[in-house]
Amino acid sequence: MANPRGTTVINGTFHSPKTQHSKWQSTDGVKNGIPKEAQQNRNPRFSDKPIFESYPEPPLYVFVLTYMGYGIGTLFGYLRDFMRSWGIEKCNAAVEREEQKDFVPLYQDFENFYKRNLYMRIRDSWNQTVCSVPGPHIDIMEKVSDDYNWTFRHTGKVIKDVINMGSYNYLGLAVKYDESMKTVKDTLEKYGVGVASTRHEMGTLDKHKELEELMAKFLNVEAVMTFGMGFATNAMNIPILVGKGCLILSDELNHTSIILGARLSGATIRPFKHNNVQNLEKLLRESIISGQPRTGRAWKKILILVEGIYSMEGSIVNLPQIVALKKKYKAYLYIDEAHSIGATGPNGQGVRDFFGLAPEDVDVYMGTFTKSFAASGGYIAGKKELVDYVRVHSHSATYATSMSPVIAEQIIRSLKIVMGEDENQGEKHQTIGAHTAFGRHLLKKKIGVVVVGFPATALAEGRARFCLSSAHTREMLDKVLEVVDKLGDLLNVKYFPYKKSGHPALHNEKSFDKEASFDEMSIEPEA
Amino acid sequence: MATVAEQWVLVEMVQALYEAPAYHLILEGILILWIIRLVFSKTYKLQERSDLTAKEKEELIEEWQPEPLVPPVSKNHPALNYNIVSGPPTHNIVVNGKECVNFASFNFLGLLANPRVKAAALASLKKYGVGTCGPRGFYGTFDVHLDLEERLAKFMRTEEAIIYSYGFSTIASAIPAYSKRGDIVFVDSAACFAIQKGLQASRSDIKLFKHNDVADLERLLKEQEIEDEKNPRKARVTRRFIVVEGLYMNTGTICPLPELVKLKYKYKARIFLEESLSFGVLGEHGRGVTEHYGISIDDIDLISANMENALASVGGFCCGRSFVVDHQRLSGQGYCFSASLPPLLASAAIEALNIMEENPGIFAVLKKKCQHIHESLQGISGLKVVGEPLSPALHLQLEESTGSREKDVKLLQEIIVQCMNKGIALTQARYLDKDEKCLPPPSIRVVVTVEQTEEELERAASTIREAAQAVLL
Repeated sequence: MANPRGTTVINGTFHSPKTQHSKWQSTDGVKNGIPKEAQQNRNPRFSDKPIFESYPEPPLYVFVLTYMGYGIGTLFGYLRDFMRSWGIEKCNAAVEREEQKDFVPLYQDFENFYKRNLYMRIRDSWNQTVCSVPGPHIDIMEKVSDDYNWTFRHTGKVIKDVINMGSYNYLGLAVKYDESMKTVKDTLEKYGVGVASTRHEMGTLDKHKELEELMAKFLNVEAVMTFGMGFATNAMNIPILVGKGCLILSDELNHTSIILGARLSGATIRPFKHNNVQNLEKLLRESIISGQPRTGRAWKKILILVEGIYSMEGSIVNLPQIVALKKKYKAYLYIDEAHSIGATGPNGQGVRDFFGLAPEDVDVYMGTFTKSFAASGGYIAGKKELVDYVRVHSHSATYATSMSPVIAEQIIRSLKIVMGEDENQGEKHQTIGAHTAFGRHLLKKKIGVVVVGFPATALAEGRARFCLSSAHTREMLDKVLEVVDKLGDLLNVKYFPYKKSGHPALHNEKSFDKEASFDEMSIEPEA
Repeated sequence: MATVAEQWVLVEMVQALYEAPAYHLILEGILILWIIRLVFSKTYKLQERSDLTAKEKEELIEEWQPEPLVPPVSKNHPALNYNIVSGPPTHNIVVNGKECVNFASFNFLGLLANPRVKAAALASLKKYGVGTCGPRGFYGTFDVHLDLEERLAKFMRTEEAIIYSYGFSTIASAIPAYSKRGDIVFVDSAACFAIQKGLQASRSDIKLFKHNDVADLERLLKEQEIEDEKNPRKARVTRRFIVVEGLYMNTGTICPLPELVKLKYKYKARIFLEESLSFGVLGEHGRGVTEHYGISIDDIDLISANMENALASVGGFCCGRSFVVDHQRLSGQGYCFSASLPPLLASAAIEALNIMEENPGIFAVLKKKCQHIHESLQGISGLKVVGEPLSPALHLQLEESTGSREKDVKLLQEIIVQCMNKGIALTQARYLDKDEKCLPPPSIRVVVTVEQTEEELERAASTIREAAQAVLL
């Protein structure tokens, strides 16, 4: 049997894939949707020295079948479009007004092709309606479609106690209201919900100051500035740091908000291969040597944009090497810790803490409060001059409403818990351990996961994502593993079965326990 | 058997080669040679400077010095000495330790301190906690979001509404979802910064027309028509949009919507209306500028507003026909790639909507107060009122500028400080000087809310008058 591309060496032993013949019928077939093979979870494997991350690729036939599936789906799409335009098939989509039929069409035909024909079939995998706290268990409102996913209606029934592997609740701080949230309730009653003004005008409350000081203490930096939305924090603050004549080196898998911020800044953008330090160094050298394109003038600044943890890949940034590079070539480093703040590092201070680097090593820290702190909003942290500059020039501070005081109080409360200042909560342990057919079956078994496909990931790289939370108990995780195991067999999507070790621990993209040593972590049988 | 078949195939191939016409063979030969050349040629990289020696390259790297990441900021910059509000930013506000009447927060309907709104938010807090921990597509859609969208659509009498978690991102994500590179957008020159950012992200052709000047817009549209006739194929795929605000934040004026709708049908451009200031203010029931003018809501392609002014919550929404709005569920960046609105803020907005629907009388009250203050502020020596009598957010600009923007800002700030000392909280309208396309002149922002009594309005007017006299004369 031919070896798959990218044979991997884990633990010094050589693993070969199961030689399984995958039949068409084992996946959902074309009728129900595009077979999105759920790939194995990306398991970052840690050792104390160079980070060794293994991304075994599935065998070649999987790629071929996936592309074939898309191809057939596209053909069917053309056929149905044809039938619809000739009136043979009923068109359920919304249409343009009669009075505006002679306007230039609002959408290009092809733009909507993907949406109409491929996305519609599997639309029910997303946008589940939740009606409870997004904690370890979640209640989902049942949704059915009478017309093949064009419209949905709620039956009124509630699927209770689904194990929630889809929400970003890493520290388990999204809980049903209890006495510990009294401060949040008091803030709500005293301040109300809204602010109705910007930070520069009348929107800076004493709560914001309190939050910023506490956050600066937590992160061990000189100053912090907070904003009302995490996405907007990137999109509105990267343009003020760099402009025309500057160079941005951005990881190719960066989040949309970072890409939008980089584009709005007007600087030259050059992507480097994901987490590939050699490629980054090569780009740095070439850029400094050749200068700006066409004029050859020297670059004003070089900014490297990376994320702490990449949510779609589950990989951690190679921070020590990138910091060494940036010092050598005098570039600036901007790190987006949306997923890693609170969840990585011995004190929850993010990837910098995780690698044990000094706070001055990174120039700009950015993060969001949505994931680990169960609130919303974002922040920028760093030296006082940087934060002062951001306070004065940020688009968000000048034109956008400031954060709601209730949200600010929730973040203060979460911070205190994470910092261990709150006696009532004790230490929050970060427990670790370990496609659409996949998602649907899992929901039937009352486990909620996130299924991602094109265009958020590459065409043949659809995946199911499991988000761990410290609120998940051992029983829940065992149940999930069991179900995933059975489903994997049923759907024939197990490509790399690894041996179960004595401590089956679920790997995930975030959450690394300060106590468990890395040797204990082992790789479990994936989906 | 197999070999015979193979031979037979070979014979056929050779025969075909002989029988093919000459030009065919020559063409194929050229193509094959071209492919071989492409495969073996070196890729030309613009960045490689192969004429430098390794030593020179090292020197270049050594010598290169970047600018500091951020230039130093003067300590006296007003944004570093911001007003700190202790306690809630409601009608009676404590700014920098002084108790004042609030004339600076956009709390038009006074709902920031409304007990019903707070109770609804509290109920939501108890049921859902604070954050949603996910974007709308991945377990971040809560039943309160769907409720709010339904209620907003019903209130505005449109087919569908979509909510965003941040007011600024609403219009900044909506515009690039429809308008792409190559499309044309006609936008008013006084458009707010969020619209400007949305336009920048869309990479379309931007054509500015003079503020509220329909004739100027028509001129631009006519010019575009002439261009279209030269290139009809391109014109058939170029979308056109007109982006205006209902009530302009920067000037306090209302857009001439009926004329714009006429232009829309004449020149086939779609209208995007930004109603952050006019939602919950204009119109008999607070439905905005379309109700104010009596225009059918279907004539406007997309209405976008934020919930941070009249609705006293956080976030924004877009409403319109399903054909238009539904597109944003997959293409609105601020919707797909960002966590959803915390449920307690959504519940607060629903309750605020309830209050608006139950008391349609407050809009008339607000209108009267706006007219009152507009009259009272007339005739202040040195300051002129910019804004319509209907607008709850007015500007007071210097009648005669000193010539330098910095000095103007300082003078206005002194007036404000004096007013604050007498218990009237005001603020200057803040802009990013270098980033605005058409920077408005410095001004004092005066905001009217339903909670302000007649006496307070009078007091504010007289305080400003005295302060202006003291500072400017």
